[in-house]
Amino acid sequence: MEFFQKRRVRILMFGWELPPFNSGGLGTACYGLTKSLSNKGMEISFVLPKKVNLNLDFMKLIFGETDDMPMNPLFSNPYLSSKSSKEALKSKSLYYANSLIGEVLRYASVAGDIAKKENFDVIHAHDWLTMRAGIEAKKATGKPLIVQVHATEFDRTGGNNNQLIYELEKEGMEAADIVITVSNYTKGKVVEHYGINPNKIRVVHNGVDFEDYGVNELSELKRKNKIVLFLGRITLQKGPDYFIYAAKKVLDYMEDVLFIVAGSGDMQEFMINKSIELGISDKVLFTGFLRGADIEKAYKMADVYVVPSVSEPFGITPLESISKGTPVILSKQSGVSEVINHCLKVDFWDVNELANKIISVLQYPSLKNCLKEHGLMEVKKITWDAPAQRCIDIYNELLEVKC
Amino acid sequence: MVSVCFYFQVHQPYRVRKYPVFDIGKKTDYFSDNSESNLNNEKILKKVATKCYLNANKVILDLIKKHPQFKVAYSFSGVILDQFIEFYPEVLDSFRELVKTGNVEILSETYYHSLSFLFDKEEFKEQVREHNKKIKKLFDYTPKVFRNTELIYNNDLAKTVEEMGYEGVIAEGADHILGWKSPNFVYQPLNSKIKLLLKNYKLSDDIAFRFSERSWESWPLTTEKFSEWVNGHNGSGDVINLFMDYETLGEHQWEETGIFDFLRALPQKILEHPDNNFKTPSEVIRDYPSRGELDFPYFVSWADVERDLSAWHSNQMQQSSMNSLYALKEDVLKTKDPEIIKTWRKLQTSDHFYYMCTKWFEDGDVHKYFNPYESPYEAFINFMNVLNDLKLRVSKKEINENSVFPEEFKKYPEIEGID
Repeated sequence: MEFFQKRRVRILMFGWELPPFNSGGLGTACYGLTKSLSNKGMEISFVLPKKVNLNLDFMKLIFGETDDMPMNPLFSNPYLSSKSSKEALKSKSLYYANSLIGEVLRYASVAGDIAKKENFDVIHAHDWLTMRAGIEAKKATGKPLIVQVHATEFDRTGGNNNQLIYELEKEGMEAADIVITVSNYTKGKVVEHYGINPNKIRVVHNGVDFEDYGVNELSELKRKNKIVLFLGRITLQKGPDYFIYAAKKVLDYMEDVLFIVAGSGDMQEFMINKSIELGISDKVLFTGFLRGADIEKAYKMADVYVVPSVSEPFGITPLESISKGTPVILSKQSGVSEVINHCLKVDFWDVNELANKIISVLQYPSLKNCLKEHGLMEVKKITWDAPAQRCIDIYNELLEVKC
Repeated sequence: MVSVCFYFQVHQPYRVRKYPVFDIGKKTDYFSDNSESNLNNEKILKKVATKCYLNANKVILDLIKKHPQFKVAYSFSGVILDQFIEFYPEVLDSFRELVKTGNVEILSETYYHSLSFLFDKEEFKEQVREHNKKIKKLFDYTPKVFRNTELIYNNDLAKTVEEMGYEGVIAEGADHILGWKSPNFVYQPLNSKIKLLLKNYKLSDDIAFRFSERSWESWPLTTEKFSEWVNGHNGSGDVINLFMDYETLGEHQWEETGIFDFLRALPQKILEHPDNNFKTPSEVIRDYPSRGELDFPYFVSWADVERDLSAWHSNQMQQSSMNSLYALKEDVLKTKDPEIIKTWRKLQTSDHFYYMCTKWFEDGDVHKYFNPYESPYEAFINFMNVLNDLKLRVSKKEINENSVFPEEFKKYPEIEGID
């Protein structure tokens, strides 16, 4: 251990986004990880595909954007839902050069040159968006490559894969010396769907930095109602349909429960129509996409936060909710369920059990209080410190083999 | 002179099946899980019977035949006797055969392995009476020594069971009570005549917990080593009380660990020292004088590092579920419905509350290992849903009693087990 600590590893890291210029969890995770790596004495050069007005004191930023090959801003959001990405790909004009995939390949085309200019020991690339860039850097320098899988195409689309994205992922994982997955759950997917040798996969669970907006006001709604929260992209991956079916079962059993859906996505229309069809539209409220303090407000007004994801490689929001004192019912098909004990877990498809657990939390205050009390203690321990140390161990493992 | 006194606890709860809120008002089969899960009481009982009870009984019977001086004591919860009758009568037969040898003592406890002493003394006494009746009926035996659920004990418990006519009572030899005193003598509780036997937790746990632990410096535990430790107390102690769950033999310590070979060889090794012998608890009480008074102002148990009540009664779920359960007492008894009363009592078994314990991280994985539910929260949800159904049945019963109801249905047979 001591030996590992002493060595100052230089890392060339390929990312896609960093907060506040981010659209999802990948940027947040990269930020938390690099900050903690830097605190542990590692030297990081972090590459982003396009120039952003960002200055960080703990690592060097490099932008992979040249004037003749600008990034198309339309495609900087990788979180295209199954429907919209399919539509995007249907359209021939968008298909290649101008698409998100086109941006990914353009990013890769400059990666080799960037790598040649930098001094580093290992390459660390995140998700399919940057894997090809990682491969190019490895080709140019011969340095070992680590690819980290935060999500697979199977998680995002529920099996309706974009074949090109799948192939980029597979190629990246195959070319990597070590593949990091954010959970055992994801490791399983990588072995099963990508045929990667489990011996070269290491699991590094995410950490989390909790933000606190100091929200204290409680909604008027709360006075007369119990509140059940869904928060996240309203897409197939997040299981919003199971949420609606469970809501119906809960409302058949007890009154004065409101179901709040916070977020946006291509299944919102489905959810609205379904709630009308089931006769519960007066009990299901849609807030639209929330940010920052509003998210905190949503957590704090809720009695329970439900995460019925069909497939969730990790999932930070449950940890955030618990940190705000709101208990969580979590799909077992999620990586985060590997790191927290003090929550309720269900199979996403088991609507009866989901409803049973929602009712139980609403009905039994001692259950809610125990979950809250123990959950708060447990999430405090989930920082970026341990994941950063795991990464350092992995870097050293690779460098030792090399020596 | 050192006497070795073995007492084995024989108990399995009626675990509550997965019981969603939607079953309330519809289903009353609370204990009838028939899945492959560890909530299936019949499956568990048969497994434990095969791995432990039947094997261990055979070894002990052989030992008694070979060494007429070898003696042991058992404490059976009423709910395991019910399960033997329901699922595996041969196990009961093999225990009866053991008791017939005359080398086996049976201890007294609450029928439902409950924590009733903490909540309701009348209920506690009722359950002890029910247990006594059952032991008399099945074994034609009347216990003289009392052991409370999970060795939960304090001065008040000693006083209560003394008044009920017992000659001896059993407790954990907890360091924080004993201080410099040795557990290897007979004591008396404060201001009582009843005699007190204390578990030698070090030597007991060497067998029960550490026997197969390879990281333990004394592994592998041989009969030579163990009898040497026992002999070491010669001259400085009267009795070594080895108290443990019977499931230690073959279930917690698998047969492959050599636990049965150890047991088979132990009596001979112990008896090689001319001053050693085996005694049952009531023989120890008869043969050794009290060496002083012991003050147990607070409850002590044999569970976890704390040796207190926290395994069953530390978090809000445990407290509120227990309060709700005992709050039902009057209404439940008023129904005079034997099935409802029995069910209410089965829900008092301490294991239900142990499963709700959230102390996992401090106590390693012991709780997790013994928990058939995925989490303490699952245990709580199923228990509370069942309790709410029972409550509903009780309230319906009241309505029925008040309405016109054929007289013959109001008469119920005497409360008894499932035999």
